Amino acid sequence: MADPMRIRAQAAGDKATVRVLMSHEMESGQRKDAAGKTVPAWHIQEVTATHNGKTVMTAEWGPAVSKNPFLQFTVKGAKAGDKIGVSWKDNKGENRADEATVS
Amino acid sequence: MQTRRETLKQGAIVAGLLASTGLFPQYAMAAYNKPAFEAKTLAEVLKALGAGAPVESKDVTIGGPDIAENGAVVPLTAGTTLPGVKQILILVEKNPAALVALFNVTDSVEASFATRTKMGQSSDVYAVAVMADGKALYAKKEVKVTLGGCGG
Repeated sequence: MADPMRIRAQAAGDKATVRVLMSHEMESGQRKDAAGKTVPAWHIQEVTATHNGKTVMTAEWGPAVSKNPFLQFTVKGAKAGDKIGVSWKDNKGENRADEATVS
Repeated sequence: MQTRRETLKQGAIVAGLLASTGLFPQYAMAAYNKPAFEAKTLAEVLKALGAGAPVESKDVTIGGPDIAENGAVVPLTAGTTLPGVKQILILVEKNPAALVALFNVTDSVEASFATRTKMGQSSDVYAVAVMADGKALYAKKEVKVTLGGCGG
């Protein structure tokens, strides 16, 4: 199981800015190891964000997203106390879901 | 007489064919769009997503550094204020695969995202907004990279 994500959601007016820091190697599949063999790609493919259980955003990522990816988005109509959930799935089928409360 | 296994297999083949032709939009949305992430150019990516030819637009914004010291971590933002956006894409033209990230926008989020990308070399970066009617609007910006982030 991968390390937990760090999610921070801050309400401002009638919307909330969500910042997510995921912990993932994001291997591009372009790099070669010391023996000259290509390191196979290993990256997050699907990201889903929910607001109080309702899916508000999904994303698909390629290997060109940086290691330990950062993501920022804005949820409309979210207020303090609401739950923001973020989950991801990588190309090896591993996944991780975390939740944060809007402050 | 057809066995259940054969029926299922055929069903899967048909679904696959439909997905590849873009006639099965919901299915295509749910599954990881591999062809789009293997495409080399902006036009190929949009074709794989079933969107139209891209048009430059002032209503789409791309943000990022003019010079990135480290190509492994280039902060980029993409967004638009236009209504009726279906997807926001971030592309780096000279990467081995142009498409970096694809965001499916709903009414509950603003069509504006920030993330960090890898860039192999100095290149134009694109923000593309795919509208609900299939139109594609883009903005581009040049980012110079002094240290590459792909390979090594």
